[in-house]
Amino acid sequence: MTQTVSRPGAGAQQVPLPLDVEAIRADFPILTRTVRDGKRLVYLDSGATSQKPRSVLDAERWFYENINAAPHRGAHQLAEEATAAYEEARAKIGAFLGAPENEIVFTRNTTEAINLVAYALSNAVTAKEPEFRTYAVGQGDEIVVTEMEHHADLLPWQQLCERTGATLRWLGLTDEGRLDLSDLDTVVNERTKLVAVTQQSNILGTINPLEEIVARAHAVGALVLVDGAQSVPHQPVDVTALGADFLVFSGHKMLGPTGVGVLWGRYEVLDKLPPFLTGGSMIEVVRMEASTFMPPPQRFEAGVPMTAQVIGLGAAVDYLQALGMDKVEEHEKVLTGYALAKLAEIPGVTVIGPPDTVARGGAISFTVEDIHPHDVGQVLDDLGIAVRVGHHCAWPVVRRYGVPATTRATFYVHTGYDDVDALADGIRQAQKFFGTV
Amino acid sequence: MQLESMYQEIILDHYKNPHGRGLRDPFDAEVHHVNPTCGDEVTLRVKLDGETVADVSYEGMGCSISQASVSAMYDLVVGKRVTEALETGEHFMTLMQAKGDPAVAEKLEDELEDAVAFAGVSKYPARIKCALMSWMALKDASARALSAHQTGGSN
Repeated sequence: MTQTVSRPGAGAQQVPLPLDVEAIRADFPILTRTVRDGKRLVYLDSGATSQKPRSVLDAERWFYENINAAPHRGAHQLAEEATAAYEEARAKIGAFLGAPENEIVFTRNTTEAINLVAYALSNAVTAKEPEFRTYAVGQGDEIVVTEMEHHADLLPWQQLCERTGATLRWLGLTDEGRLDLSDLDTVVNERTKLVAVTQQSNILGTINPLEEIVARAHAVGALVLVDGAQSVPHQPVDVTALGADFLVFSGHKMLGPTGVGVLWGRYEVLDKLPPFLTGGSMIEVVRMEASTFMPPPQRFEAGVPMTAQVIGLGAAVDYLQALGMDKVEEHEKVLTGYALAKLAEIPGVTVIGPPDTVARGGAISFTVEDIHPHDVGQVLDDLGIAVRVGHHCAWPVVRRYGVPATTRATFYVHTGYDDVDALADGIRQAQKFFGTV
Repeated sequence: MQLESMYQEIILDHYKNPHGRGLRDPFDAEVHHVNPTCGDEVTLRVKLDGETVADVSYEGMGCSISQASVSAMYDLVVGKRVTEALETGEHFMTLMQAKGDPAVAEKLEDELEDAVAFAGVSKYPARIKCALMSWMALKDASARALSAHQTGGSN
């Protein structure tokens, strides 16, 4: 962990970056294209989806050109090779998180992984197998989320509560963009069945103190689901150290393909959950009257899986591991400190979220006085700079901070000082264009 | 810079000095529309005088395009018959689907007056919804106002 902490007003200093940005950029074919009449693409929207290195694209093509077959079906050579490649990727992704392979369930994305757990908890209510009723949620039970959650980690729990009669409760936010844990012990109590919390906010950049939350949840016998969509791509995450029961994330935000996400679950918990989707390849015995299911992870992978995408995600993990997740984290931390200092130099710019790099990732949301975020984004786009504008699928957060929307810049392994400088210059140009300075 | 093609002077003028802004009484119908991708919002009221749009009043928050669009719409529809106002809305929709084709803008110049300046917006698919939000709200509010009239209710 770097000790670099930039405070607003401290001045933006360029220290050598931990990653070789030029070498990394050469691995991303899309970064060679230009946008908006020949401008260099300054991609600051990795938080929405990351760009893909050539090795990931090659892995998918290799699969289709050489071993394309449905895994876990058929006895021909292609089926065997496809199954082996699919399961090797599972083991690799497990190792990346310090987890055994039978705790890795492939889903479509983070959203589906969270829905899988939420539906399993309500399917448990009517499950005929007694062990599948272990985690059933019903009236009198409580589900806890935070005001910082992405809609994907809020709506599935709202809906679970509507289906089951359980009550949704949440931890609020402080003015500094952190979780308000002052009422943790009352919000998380003996009625709590599950706590769902993000590790890194997609809008504020805040990194949450999970240890304290996990400890409290487990003390009252509640499960903990960690939304890792914005943390797993950007910092080392080890499920043993995390101590949670579930971790969910998306492949496409960590240099991998779209259409593949991961649910990691503690095996003894997964083993007691009924299925979410049912159908082919998740069954043991099927009769016309009733059927039995495979153990995890197959129980949760109905239908022919997204094989090429899983193999692509395996290649993305290889790429990240070759860089080193410690270095990825440090790289973004240095850039974040630099960007916060650069933005602090611009009058009228307000960062929504922690003002320094302590327990903070590289998602930087900001407002520009008297210019709507859409208009800021439009000027930046005209300059070739891709950012996200709007409420970032975290509407309660923008409401909490009294703004209609924000502009958000997010960083990744190919981001350099030139990208951050382009952002700062672009904001000044927007101010000039709209005549606010 | 391509920006000037979207942010015409007329648009920026409407944005900085909106016409008809504020919610007014009396009104026959009030609607609240949002653009869920970005959180822009408009509350819009319609007051009819027989078949004529007597007043359109509104409050909202959003980008320059959405705010300028409602202001330009106010100028265009107040005093018109409801059917004419909705027809103008159809013309505006046609303009938004033109993908920046100057021929379409030229043809609609008489019908759309200041609002023809939004032609540049149609080149940016992500912004079309911003320009259309107030027109959708007007269509909705007019329909409600008409049906309120038919059932004899009024605010």
